[in-house]
Amino acid sequence: MKPRLGVYKFTSCDGCQLALLNQGEGLLALLERVELTHFPEAGPNAPEAAVDIALIEGSLSTPEEAERIRAIRARSGQLVALGACATAGGIQALRNATEAGSAWRAALYPQPEFIATAERSLPVSALVHVDLELFGCPIDAAQLLAALNALLAGGRYRPSGDSVCGECKRAGHGCVLVGRAEPCLGPVTRAGCGALCPGQGRGCYGCFGPSAQANLASLKTVFANLGLPPDAIERRFAFITAEAFRAAGEKHG
Amino acid sequence: MAEAKTVSLELPLLARVEGEGALEIAYAQGRIAGLKLRIFEPPRYFEKLLEGRHYSEVPDIVARICGLCPAAYQMSAVQALEAILGLAPTPWISAMRRLFYCGEWIESHCAHLHLLAAPDFFGCGSVVELAAKEAAAVRRGLKLQNLGNRILKFLGGRSIHPVGARVGGFWRAPGAAEAQALLAELQAALPEAEALLDWVLAWPLPESDQVFESVALRDPAGYAIETGRIASDRGLDIGAGEFERHFSEHQVPHSTAFHCLHDGRPYLVGPLARLNVNSDRLPLDIRQRLHQAGIALPSRNPFHSAAARAVEVLYALREAVRLLSDYAPNDTPYLEAGARAGCGCGVTEAPRGILWHRYELDEHGLVRQARIVPPTAQNQARIEADLAATLAALAEAPEPELRRRAETVIRNYDPCISCATHFLTLKVER
Repeated sequence: MKPRLGVYKFTSCDGCQLALLNQGEGLLALLERVELTHFPEAGPNAPEAAVDIALIEGSLSTPEEAERIRAIRARSGQLVALGACATAGGIQALRNATEAGSAWRAALYPQPEFIATAERSLPVSALVHVDLELFGCPIDAAQLLAALNALLAGGRYRPSGDSVCGECKRAGHGCVLVGRAEPCLGPVTRAGCGALCPGQGRGCYGCFGPSAQANLASLKTVFANLGLPPDAIERRFAFITAEAFRAAGEKHG
Repeated sequence: MAEAKTVSLELPLLARVEGEGALEIAYAQGRIAGLKLRIFEPPRYFEKLLEGRHYSEVPDIVARICGLCPAAYQMSAVQALEAILGLAPTPWISAMRRLFYCGEWIESHCAHLHLLAAPDFFGCGSVVELAAKEAAAVRRGLKLQNLGNRILKFLGGRSIHPVGARVGGFWRAPGAAEAQALLAELQAALPEAEALLDWVLAWPLPESDQVFESVALRDPAGYAIETGRIASDRGLDIGAGEFERHFSEHQVPHSTAFHCLHDGRPYLVGPLARLNVNSDRLPLDIRQRLHQAGIALPSRNPFHSAAARAVEVLYALREAVRLLSDYAPNDTPYLEAGARAGCGCGVTEAPRGILWHRYELDEHGLVRQARIVPPTAQNQARIEADLAATLAALAEAPEPELRRRAETVIRNYDPCISCATHFLTLKVER
């Protein structure tokens, strides 16, 4: 029997699912090796079915989503969190740092009572055990396929904890931080994108979240020396993976 | 002697659409008594989290509204912000923005046509089943989708949430060799886009005759994509700044997305609306092929949206070839400006229809207020009206047939439900 694969969406933009749908023939080849049990955007729709591998896109931001993730956990073998929303609460977690929850709802909706949202936008690991986290906003599709290949073969997959700086040097890009005096989060951001932003001549903005040994305090000093005001420095870290950078700051300074 | 009979049908989760929504229909005495397209995608509060951000951060933030059309969000945003900052894009920047957008149209339309819509017209449940029946067509579609992604990567580094676009232009001008390689691939694929159009024109699209207003951008220079005035086939002709005087959003209890109405009425945006408003801007050979396939423009059959998508894939691929043919890298791929306070609007044609933004900046260039009206919020009332028209006659139909028809109608709009849930403060009308 083929292993059963389910793809589940929570609060998100659908970008990580699209990374899978964008695989073209690679997608068709993958689908021959698994039984795609649940992936509503692609067709199969069986939310209650048990699966061997559950791919989770999106953050948990409503009471209904908290219930749903627990049910999926209970009937899944390996549970994989995909991307910045599922691993760090996503950009929508910016509301966590403010009084936002109910205030934003009231500001945006004339009848806020129709809208049920939780006060915070949470990563999947805040509520259930996660077997593997793939980072990025969006995830890197090649990394997802490599991870699925490993899991389908009964092996393990662990993304690198190194920083973007290493990828950037290997790609031969000039350093935007040193060479162009552009603020760049590359030194503290997890590798995985292939140093995409420096390749465009701009600073990394941290969409893969903090690297394993991120020293935020030191980089903030570098930014201050470039003349960046404190609020602009804080905004750089309070972005796509704000919650993860906040936690990394508490851990390593 | 019709017996009083109440039937209700619930589609708890719509398949093959982007994002999550549901449909409820209730029939009483053979007539539709209630119909609700429920969008329960949780709100992400983008308009609020933009507040206090510097204008330069906006393109990277709004991309995250939608994985399927991030470039559209970036292009509407930069247009609005440049209006405030007093930046006028150079011909090189304008051409590259149009090229960037062509990539997104090709990618998004091909994904919708092959992965989401086509299975409906071949009696399949998914693209996996369809691939067994129509292997060559599916392969061709996935290849074209990938070419759209290649165009996005050329200017944006990656196709989902690209990082190359900025206020004022692009971070970098790709080299001539990169452009040549891409151009060769696009040229080679032109016959495949022609074949895609032939394939879709042969689909057994259902007959339907409905009255609706089509709203789309219109540009004196060509088929409107990234610039133009907001026009309709009923004589509307306004600039982006006048949008709020004519269009208003309403909250409905059954949906987290707003219903946007034009002068109080539902209207259509998206590929068919564009074709209806801009048929005279299409190349003659494409118009002739539509005519031969029995599609007269303006069309009142919403199912012709599928044909419109295939037309736009071909058109966008030809445009991309044209725009790359005399490509030369530019030393200054972007313009810079100092911060300036003010208010500006931007509107472009996302794959699913007009995408309108308005920003207010303070004197430091920080966003004071943002308002975003995505295409799906604009189409929602029209989708409900179409469902009511299509399903009225099916009160006695067996549930599987009713379900299939309802899903086919909804999918035909390619609703982008993730996008549909961010909006803004509005005035309650009493």
